[in-house]
Amino acid sequence: MSVIRRAGEHGLLVETGSLAASHRLDALLRASRPEGVVEIVPGPETVLVVAPGADLPRLRSGLAGLRDLALSSSGAASLSEEVVTVPVVYDGEDLASVAEETGMPVEEVIGRHTGRELVAGWLGFAPGFAYLTGLDPALRVPRLATPRTSVPAGSVAIAGPYAAIYPTASPGGWRLLGRTSLRVWDVHAQPPSLLPPGTRVRFEAA
Amino acid sequence: MIDVLAPGPYATVQDLGRPGYAHLGVPRSGAADAAGLRLANRLVGNPEGHAGLELTFGMARFGFRSGAWLAAAGAPCPMEIWNERGVMSSAQGMGAPFWIAPGHELRIGSPERGLRTYLAVRGGIDVEPVLGSRSTDSLSGLGPAPLRAGTRLPVGEVRSLASISVDLAPPAAPPPPVLRVLAGPRDDWFSPDALAELCARPYEVSQDSNRVGVRLRGPALRRVREGELPSEGMVTGAVQVPPSGQPIVFLTDHPPTGGYPVIGVVLAADLAVAAQARPGDRIRFRVAGR
Repeated sequence: MSVIRRAGEHGLLVETGSLAASHRLDALLRASRPEGVVEIVPGPETVLVVAPGADLPRLRSGLAGLRDLALSSSGAASLSEEVVTVPVVYDGEDLASVAEETGMPVEEVIGRHTGRELVAGWLGFAPGFAYLTGLDPALRVPRLATPRTSVPAGSVAIAGPYAAIYPTASPGGWRLLGRTSLRVWDVHAQPPSLLPPGTRVRFEAA
Repeated sequence: MIDVLAPGPYATVQDLGRPGYAHLGVPRSGAADAAGLRLANRLVGNPEGHAGLELTFGMARFGFRSGAWLAAAGAPCPMEIWNERGVMSSAQGMGAPFWIAPGHELRIGSPERGLRTYLAVRGGIDVEPVLGSRSTDSLSGLGPAPLRAGTRLPVGEVRSLASISVDLAPPAAPPPPVLRVLAGPRDDWFSPDALAELCARPYEVSQDSNRVGVRLRGPALRRVREGELPSEGMVTGAVQVPPSGQPIVFLTDHPPTGGYPVIGVVLAADLAVAAQARPGDRIRFRVAGR
């Protein structure tokens, strides 16, 4: 199977094998914007490129070249220069249960959550919902067995290997550590998301 | 201004959606049967991407405070104009522009076939755009709320529009209930005969289908690969197969990323067939010849 897969008449799914390579390919594509490309959607091991009306064989060969470049370069050029600092009030409903399950005091949960720089991997679930990667492995906890029917916007949460900030109020099963006043999603801003793929993020106790 | 007197089972404002934001988690949205909206717009002299109304199972009533040129396309419904004294003044047909006088009411019945009817008004529905589109996104909630009795819809400017130049779009024969698919991107997650299996027997459209996807019931597709697929970008028309093996054809409000393998993608020309399939309809897949 080719490393560039067909995704319908107008789409090509490029296998990158890693999130870092996805981010590098995403950055290369956004800088060069091949003709006809409407969507560039990075994922943990792929980048989807949608280009209605484009010459797909030509796009495919262009993508193959960019993919080689993305896989070979080892620099961190794919990530944002700026680090988005997220002030958090650590008073989440699940803070105590996360501390209990991970066997550490609440202060250590907060220390580990603020102690590492994370990277927005990709977005999904809801507009502006970024899966933040690079969470301290000691903080891995499962999501709730029964999701909450409503989680307020600005809730700071973790689940499995990821952290996230709820961009809008929505149902959700992630474990709530706290809340931030930082608006990560605003449809009147351009871009509307503060956390596009490749953004570096650091949490800070407010 | 248009007064929604009754929206029918489900009605929304739709244009051609908000492309370019999938990487930020925003579905494309827009008319599920884009060809239907485009045609209705052309008939009243609008650009094809103007916002119109997408009715599901028809059965809607609208009051017009000002006169307006209208046209309907998509699932064919009976349409009548009633005057302010509660007397029917005329019947109108699909695919043809018609004038409604101030104070009159448009009554739309249920479609004889198909599911979604598009009503275009000359000037377009002029609600506030969100991220460049007036479409209601049923998955994320972006855009205007679905229509309710009492919703008031502003109509856009008509002065700069082309004149109305077509009397009638001849009705096309209903397309066969067939969805042509291109294999991939994840057909290798299924047994080698899974594509043949997909095409061998018809699938029934399930009751819980919506603008996100057409959920189908029929022969289960068997995976050969276990484990989870890392989340990846999804396209409209993707035939996604959850663990149940029962395929879902993604329509315009589909999530931009997903974690179930996609065995094939429906051709763009056949998306209208998927968008017009009613619960209980039977549709077949066929491998596209490319």
